[in-house]
Formats: sequence, structure tokens, C-alpha cells
Amino acid sequence: MTAPVNENENKDFSIEGHGDISVGVKGAGASGDGSASATRITPGNALRPEDIALEIRKGQVKPSDDVAEYALRIGDDGLILAQRLGHWISRAPELEEDVALGNIALDQLGHARSFLTYAGAAWDKSEDDLAYFRREHEFRSAHLFEQPNGDFAVTIARQFIVSHYQFELYKRLTGSTDATIAAIAAKALKEVDYHRDHSAQWVLRLAGGTEESRRRIVRAFKLVWPYVEELFEDDELTGRLAESGAGVQPSSLRADFDQLTGEILSEAGLDDELALERIPQSLGGGRQGKHSEHLGYLLAEMQVLAREHPGASW
Amino acid sequence: MASQNLQSVPAELSPEELEREQAGQAYFDRIISEDSRIEPRDWMPEAYRKTLLRQISQHAHSEIIGMQPEANWITRAPSLKRKAILMAKVQDEAGHGLYLYSAAETLGQSRDKMTSDLIAGRARYSSIFNYPAVSWADMGAIGWLVDGAAICNQVPLCRASYGPYGRAMVRICKEESFHQRQGFEILLELSNGTPAQKAMAQDAVNRWYAPALMMFGPPDDDSPNSKQSMAWNIKRFSNDELRSRFVGMMVEQVKVLGLTLPDKDIRFNEETKKWEHGPLDWNEFKDVLAGKGPCNAQRLERRREAHDDGAWVREAAAEYARKQAEKEYAA
Repeated sequence: MTAPVNENENKDFSIEGHGDISVGVKGAGASGDGSASATRITPGNALRPEDIALEIRKGQVKPSDDVAEYALRIGDDGLILAQRLGHWISRAPELEEDVALGNIALDQLGHARSFLTYAGAAWDKSEDDLAYFRREHEFRSAHLFEQPNGDFAVTIARQFIVSHYQFELYKRLTGSTDATIAAIAAKALKEVDYHRDHSAQWVLRLAGGTEESRRRIVRAFKLVWPYVEELFEDDELTGRLAESGAGVQPSSLRADFDQLTGEILSEAGLDDELALERIPQSLGGGRQGKHSEHLGYLLAEMQVLAREHPGASW
Repeated sequence: MASQNLQSVPAELSPEELEREQAGQAYFDRIISEDSRIEPRDWMPEAYRKTLLRQISQHAHSEIIGMQPEANWITRAPSLKRKAILMAKVQDEAGHGLYLYSAAETLGQSRDKMTSDLIAGRARYSSIFNYPAVSWADMGAIGWLVDGAAICNQVPLCRASYGPYGRAMVRICKEESFHQRQGFEILLELSNGTPAQKAMAQDAVNRWYAPALMMFGPPDDDSPNSKQSMAWNIKRFSNDELRSRFVGMMVEQVKVLGLTLPDKDIRFNEETKKWEHGPLDWNEFKDVLAGKGPCNAQRLERRREAHDDGAWVREAAAEYARKQAEKEYAA
């Protein structure tokens, strides 16, 4: 524990001390720093969704329609995954994983909030308008993100794919010609790098642990790998964005993704057993709003309260 | 480290052991009288160790079980900002559980043992978490009232005589203060919102007020362990004293919220200079403690399920670590 924590330790014994329960009404939550937490370290100069919203209100930034569509896709990926991961908190295999999965969920939600806030500027919508008041077919997330948590192995396999994909994506987007996209990506990249490490370590542990854990991680990869191809599909939108330099063609990430995931899977001794190249790839369609059966339930739960009180502020 | 109880088995000690015990007791007594700190390697009376172990592990269990009522609303939080705050909060609680289990481990008991005691129903946790969090406003009321009461209880524990506990509490209290403000802010927003939102907020305050007051424990004349804990500088203020201070603070804050406390008898006693509150239903408190709360079975079952479902993961991690160590040794 560091010095600032101890400085209160001996001098203030009163009940009104540092753990006080006074609520400076003006101060309470006015910072908007919703994700602040002493157990969470945000690297770099954290760009917060509130900062982006402020820039939008001042008319300093506004995405093109194409960039907004693109930000919507990336934001939806993060939002749907955060919703999935949030379910683990209080249910993880050990407390350290409650914290770790909670952290990853928070990071994903943070990225999603930034991307959705920015996207919404094109259509005069807030992050919450987009999250709570769109219908299933209006979401642009890829199918991988809405896949159920399954057991811990399925969650790890999904996270392993996601974080390697996001790492390659954000790495490139830090050079986006759209300054807001570049700034969000720069923050996200550092966090996703940690997610990559976390999931890779667990892939190694589960593959090299017990017979049961190996059986489960193999099954998990077979379950989620069909949703990999969709992540790397190009379309007209990404073509135009790659041209302008605001975005990238998803297919351009594939070689690096394959190499880095391949290294871990090979170290885990899973490559032969999985024979990933032979796993049929799902048709996808998430970027066009065609989803699996899972998303409807996820949205029903996520949106229920907000929709009961349309127009309310929380 | 001495592990025998000086009071109960002195006859079995050799002269050297007896001398060591007496020196230990003298050291302990001096530390306590100087209001200084006992550290894990210091001699301590067995009853002191047991009392601390019970208190710290119960506190840790409360953090862990206390994650559940709030986790219940993570997926339904009505705005993304609120969802992020709530996730961070529940995650902090897991962190608090971890520091506290670690502090308890310095007294010689493993986290595994404490966890198995919890899921077997042999250990206690704060009874308030056996009430259900049925509306979004409960996230506000839990933060404002439950975390608020917890802070009143816990701030004096920052200078508990046992070092690892006191130090863990310093960090925990800082985070709890943040949680309490967030809870207040949720209620404030609801109270200034639509009539339905305001009603939701009032309903939550009505339901959590009395259980929050009972978090301070039974009245002083019915709290047998308090006296010894105070003599050992673990506890600094009596249950009723803390409760009265808490009521005094809430009575002011509720005005800012534009809500009311469901207690017509709150008053400041000019003679005693203390806040007084209406009668509390201690039978209900005892019932909930005895397992009759609305969520006792559910809370333990969730903990048990997470633990059992995660067994294969923990085994895999241990086995992997063993194999890695073997490899390193061979290399």
C-alpha cells in the first residue's frame, strides 16, 4: 500500500474521518467519472465518453455518416460483450477472476460508451438512446460478441479471439485520420493488451492443466471459432473508410491475428487437436443487423428498465 | 508462535513456555495500553486471535455475499454510465473481500477454509444482504444507507489494534465513501425525476432504513462481545453510539434528497446530545440472522454454485502451476 493511503491512518480517528459519509451534493458524481475505482488502473490520459460528449455539444467534433456507422459497429461489439461479461461478476471461479472479468467488462463498456457517444453525434442521439432504444436488427455487433458465456472455458475462448482481434484493430485505428477514433483507439489499445494477456494465460493454463480443463477448452474453441470469419469480412463501408484512412479493412487484420493466436494455441499444444481451419464458418450478418437467437434475450434484459421510463434521466 | 490459551492451559506449560507466554502477554498488554498495533508475528491471546478471525472473516464474507444484490442489477442498469459505476462498485467489493481474506490469513486460517465455512453455512455475514434488491432505486438505497452504515462502523476500525486489519480498512473506507456518494447521487437523481422514479426512491429508502440501522448490531445491553472488543482496541465505539451518529447524519441528508425516513420518532435528545430513533424489530433481525430472511438460501446457493462450478478451473490452474514448476526444476 502506498504512502498517501497511510497518511490518514494515525491522525484522524474520528468518525468524520477519511471514510466520511458526507455527501457534498455538488461534488457527488459531478465529475462524471463513473468508472473511477481504486482497484482499476486506467493507463494514459483517459479519454472519457463524457469528454467526447462535451466536444460534440460544443460543436468541436462530428463524425461523417460513414465514420458514425463504423463507430456503431465497434461500439456495439464492446457493449454486447460487456453485457455478457458483467454476468460473471459474483459468479467467477475465484475472486481474482470476479475482479479480472469485471475489469475487462468495464473496459469494454468504456470503449463502447466512447464509440457510441461519438456515433450518436451524427444522428443527434446519446449513447443511451443507442444502447436502450434500438431494436435487435439495428444493432451492428458481430455474432461472436453475443455468444453465451457458457462455462469459464467458453468465456475465455471467446475473450481470446475478441482481444486479439481488437488489439489488431485498435493498433491500426490509433493512426485513423479521424482524431476521435484515433484517441478512443489509443486508450482502448492499452486495455485490450491486458485482456489479450489475461485470456492467453488462461488458454495455456486450461490446455495444460487437467484432462478436464483441456477437454473443456477444446470444446470451447470449437463452439466459438465459427464466429471468427465474420470479424474479418470487408464490405463497402470498410472499403470507403480504408480509402479515406479513417478505418481499416477487417481482412487486413487477419494475418497478424492468425499469427499471434496461432503462437499461443501452438504453445498450448492445441493447434493439431483443434484443426481450426476445418471448422465451418458461420455466415454472420451482424454488421447488417442479422443476429442469432441470443441477442434478443440479451437486449430484453439490458433495456427493460430504461424502456419502462422513456425520457427519464438516471 | 504461541497457540495455546494462557487462561485455560497454563498447567501444561513447561517453565520456559510459561515464561515466554508471560513475556508475550506483557508485551501485548503494553501495546494495547499504548494504543499501538499488534502485528501477525507478535504474541497474542488466543481469544484475541479468535475474535479477530471471526470478525475479519465475517467482514470478508459480507463483502462477497454483498456483491450479489448489486450484481442483480448490472445487466439492467438504466444507463451505460450507471452500469459502469455499478460494475466498478461490485468489483471493488470483490477487492475488499480479497484484502480482508488476506488479513484474516495472517491470523493463521486459509481462504479455502473460510470459504468452505461460508458455503457450508458455518460462518456469518452481514444479515442485511439477505434482503432482496428488487428495484433500481435499491442500488441507491444500498449505497446511501447500507454503505453509509458500513462506513460508520468501519472508519473506527482503521485504527483497530491488529495491524493488517486496520490497514485493510483504510483502503476499504476510501472506496466505501465513494460508493456511498454514488448511492446518494442515484437517489437524488430519482427523487428529482418523474413521479414514478421518486416513488421508487422513497420505497427503497423505506425498505432499507431499518435493516441499515440494525447493521450496527444489537443494542449495547444485548451485545455480549462488545465490551471485550473495546478493551482490546478492536472496537472503538458502542453499537448504539454509532447508530445514533448515523441517524444524525441521515436525517440531514434525507432532506437534501427530498425524501423522508420511515421513522416518526427520530429526535435529537438535548440532554444526552444524541440522536434517537424509533423502535427496531430485533426479532426480525434475529430471524434473518437465523436463516429466515427472504434471500438467505439464495445467497449461499449462489456462492456455493460459483465455488463448485469453478472447482475445475482452480484445479487446472494449480495443476498447470505444478507442471510449470516441475519443468523449471528439471531445466
